[in-house]
Amino acid sequence: MSRKRKIRIVVAKPGLDSHDRGAKVIARAFRDAGMEVIYTGLWQTPEQIAETALQEDADVVALSILSGAHMTLFPKITELLKKKGLNEILVLGGGVIPEEDIPALKKVGIAEVFGPDTHTGKIIEFIKENTRKK
Amino acid sequence: MFDQKRLGEIQKKEKHWKEETLPGWIQNHPERRSDFHTSSNIHIKRLYTPEDIKTVDYVNDLGFPGEYPFTRGLHATMYRGRLWTMRQFSGYGTAQQTNKRFKYLLKEGETGLSIAFDYPTILGLDSDHPMSLGEVGKCGVAVSSLQDMEVLFNGIPLDKVTTSMTINGPATMLLAMYVAIGDMQRVPRKKLGGTTQNDMLKEFHAQKLCIFPPEPSVKLVTDIVEYCTKHLPRWNPISISGYHIREAGSNAVQELAFTLADGIAYVESAIERGLKVDEFAPRLSFFFAAHNNFLEEIAKFRAARRLWAEIMKERFKAKNPRSLWMRMHIQTSGCTLTATQPINNVIRVAFQSLAAVLGGTQSLHTNSFDEALALPSEDAVRVALRTQQIIAHESGVTDTIDPFAGSYCIETLTDEMEERAIKYIDKIDSLGGVISGIEKGFFQKEIADSAYKYQKNVENKERTLVGINEYTVKKDWVPIKLLRIKHQAEKEQIDALQKLKKKRNDKKVKQVLSRLHKAAEHDENLMPTIVQAVKSYATLGEICDVLRNVFGEYKEQITI
Amino acid sequence: MNHNGQLVEGVLKGDRRSIARTITLIENNPSEARKVISKLYSHTGKAQIIGITGPTGSGKSTLIERLVKELRRKGKSVGIIAVDPSSPFTGGAFLGDRIRMQKHSIDGKVFIRSMATRNSSGGLARATRDAVRVLDASGKEVAIVETVGAGQSEVDIRKIAHTVVVVLAPGLGDDIQAIKAGIMEIGDIFVVNKADRENADASVIDIETTINMSWEKKKWRPPVIKTTAAKGEGTTELLNHISLHMKYLENEGFDKQRRQDVETELAEAIKQKTTDSIIGELKRTGELEELIGKILAKKTDPYSAADTLLKERLKGFKTRT
Repeated sequence: MSRKRKIRIVVAKPGLDSHDRGAKVIARAFRDAGMEVIYTGLWQTPEQIAETALQEDADVVALSILSGAHMTLFPKITELLKKKGLNEILVLGGGVIPEEDIPALKKVGIAEVFGPDTHTGKIIEFIKENTRKK
Repeated sequence: MFDQKRLGEIQKKEKHWKEETLPGWIQNHPERRSDFHTSSNIHIKRLYTPEDIKTVDYVNDLGFPGEYPFTRGLHATMYRGRLWTMRQFSGYGTAQQTNKRFKYLLKEGETGLSIAFDYPTILGLDSDHPMSLGEVGKCGVAVSSLQDMEVLFNGIPLDKVTTSMTINGPATMLLAMYVAIGDMQRVPRKKLGGTTQNDMLKEFHAQKLCIFPPEPSVKLVTDIVEYCTKHLPRWNPISISGYHIREAGSNAVQELAFTLADGIAYVESAIERGLKVDEFAPRLSFFFAAHNNFLEEIAKFRAARRLWAEIMKERFKAKNPRSLWMRMHIQTSGCTLTATQPINNVIRVAFQSLAAVLGGTQSLHTNSFDEALALPSEDAVRVALRTQQIIAHESGVTDTIDPFAGSYCIETLTDEMEERAIKYIDKIDSLGGVISGIEKGFFQKEIADSAYKYQKNVENKERTLVGINEYTVKKDWVPIKLLRIKHQAEKEQIDALQKLKKKRNDKKVKQVLSRLHKAAEHDENLMPTIVQAVKSYATLGEICDVLRNVFGEYKEQITI
Repeated sequence: MNHNGQLVEGVLKGDRRSIARTITLIENNPSEARKVISKLYSHTGKAQIIGITGPTGSGKSTLIERLVKELRRKGKSVGIIAVDPSSPFTGGAFLGDRIRMQKHSIDGKVFIRSMATRNSSGGLARATRDAVRVLDASGKEVAIVETVGAGQSEVDIRKIAHTVVVVLAPGLGDDIQAIKAGIMEIGDIFVVNKADRENADASVIDIETTINMSWEKKKWRPPVIKTTAAKGEGTTELLNHISLHMKYLENEGFDKQRRQDVETELAEAIKQKTTDSIIGELKRTGELEELIGKILAKKTDPYSAADTLLKERLKGFKTRT
């Protein structure tokens, strides 16, 4: 009996802000789209997030941050993922992230940034599209 | 409010309207939806008539402004006398930068200060703590010690302004610093005016910026209540906050009910401490959100005031009329702001603040239109403040008291909000109170469910959001330059903190911290010792660490 | 070296990425995973396996976090498998047990993995057992399996763990009553967590009474322990009882239990293998379709068809039908 492959996704909040409404809504949407959502909760350090992605063998890491610390924390996370050999993992960013920061974030390995008004369906579609390629 | 005969005539007329006039119109102009309802799922009728408010008793349910049950307002003259306090929440970067922003706002006509602290400060961490990396000064001002507070209030006399501090977990320490600054400026403690948010319960069910577990957290809240009752008569020790509950995703009824339930819990805790209800209740204040549904929001504020007065009178037998007052601060709802077509937010904020004013608020913060993108820029803050000034001086709504009273619709909604909130409060009582409800995950689940439902409603277009699921544009346009917090601020702050640690008297710091440790173990009121600690330049992180050792640390409870 | 070979080598070296990927293989591709497990098998059997089960809200994850803390203080390496249910409608799952243990996630001697039930109790049992084997082979001295005590999964944990700890909490009310029936016979140790709540003592008495009724005067009488995991109270005592139970197993019938477990697993494996190969062949040859047609046409019935088939294929086995 071979079981169906599931998308495993780590939803994490790096940094110190506690605005987890978005992270929770998106986690629920991912679950309702048939994914396995590993929720890590608030105040995750880059090391904790990368290590979680490794141990859970995640396909996707979805980061939500609203405090403005994304330019410090996101690059740290992608760097650690690479260091752990997780080169294929799809890393997404969300939260309050100004347009002008997005190119720099993409350069360090954030696949896409989804702002506050994004339809959850759009994110799910993006994940399905980009994990299929692997 | 109407005599039977007249009501009979109205009923007859309404029946005629429904049978003769309406059907043709509906056939030619079908209604936009089969059902209209508010955020709290309150059904909105096509038309409200005297029939709907026939049970409203003017004297008992509405009364007169400044009199029980305060539905029409707390003050007898309301805005004809004094306008609400225009209080813009602000703070970013270093204490020096925020001091500059404060002075700018005071110059532009703001009437009270409101401090936003950064996340490390809010969580009781010093700026040089590893977890603070990248967060220092980002979402508010960094305050790690009395030294920062000195810079923050440089040139601002504490007897001339009132200050609201959005601080909860470390509220004791920040209030202690404020007291210390007052002492330095030789302002008598009885003259210090302002508010500490100091509402830990809503942190546990909504915002989750907690340092200690629920019980010691409520102990610290109560320490402040007791301390203020005895030493700071002009200070509002708690701002019981629905705002964060709403922002976390609740609907209007949940916001109202959970906030009042928290209020009940604080009153009970202070009474248990041995305080008399009329000693401290007059200084309790509240904080709500003004969301998009104009009618529901006005009703919410009116219902809140009436219900609190009833609770204080009936449940707690308060005698002082001031104990029955629900003084409220309102902030327009941050989560309604859109990142796309941000200039539309100016209009949203205007309607939301109009609802706050029509609801009879004592104090108002208007959000800036660029806040879904970054911390507000100076230009955007000015527009936000001007919005309040336009309502105050141009719209005319401030010239008479509670102008929407008597509206068939508003009075019906006010009753409905109150009834539904009472049901929730009964439910919370049956769960064993707020802390027990938190432990059972009741609030967290209610809020998460509402948040998810809201999102789904937007996505399936049951709820129209302009610029989001309708009337979208391809190319967006942001008319201003966003505020960027330079990384430099973090470095400067850490440098200053480390210099302080070198030059202060470490022996004295150690002594006072060990005294604090003992006091915490012995369940004393910690405020006096914390005042001594901050005056010795013990840092916020050091003080919190002592308490973490005694009280333990908060663990997030997950309910999705 | 092929991919599976790399995984085996990695797991044996304790490489965390290899452990993670092998568990994924177990979840997604059992037949491929079997090859890896068979290579790891001889390296297993060293870890002490603790099962922790109980209803939602009893505070299992917090308790595990405390146990891990103590085990780490004693220098033991720990692996954790946390099982949560998949939604029967969407197949998605929300795996939130880690959140309590995140502090330990960056400790190189701790490995935490969340698994969803994926709506297949038989498959889950196998997957969980194999995942524990991976942790065992990787050198973890203690493996903890956390399951939600409802439905099928609690029975499975009995077969996997040396010691099963059932966690309950006062004030969960009717849940306990409902769950009791299924949960009481699997516990080697009972924990009343959140013991600082009212009614904790009543819960203890309640459980003691139930144990007294069902306990068949075996040598091990399940102890009932009070803990307040959030404050770290009672966890040392719990760990002591877990050790006592291990000692008891070593002295009394550990072998017997192990033989029984192996027998069950072997039987399951044979069942799986025979079913797979026979059904596979019938499909390939088209016989299956043919038989279905016959049954539909009422020329035969499923039982007689199976008899006829097996008689042919299982020559040499004395089957009683």
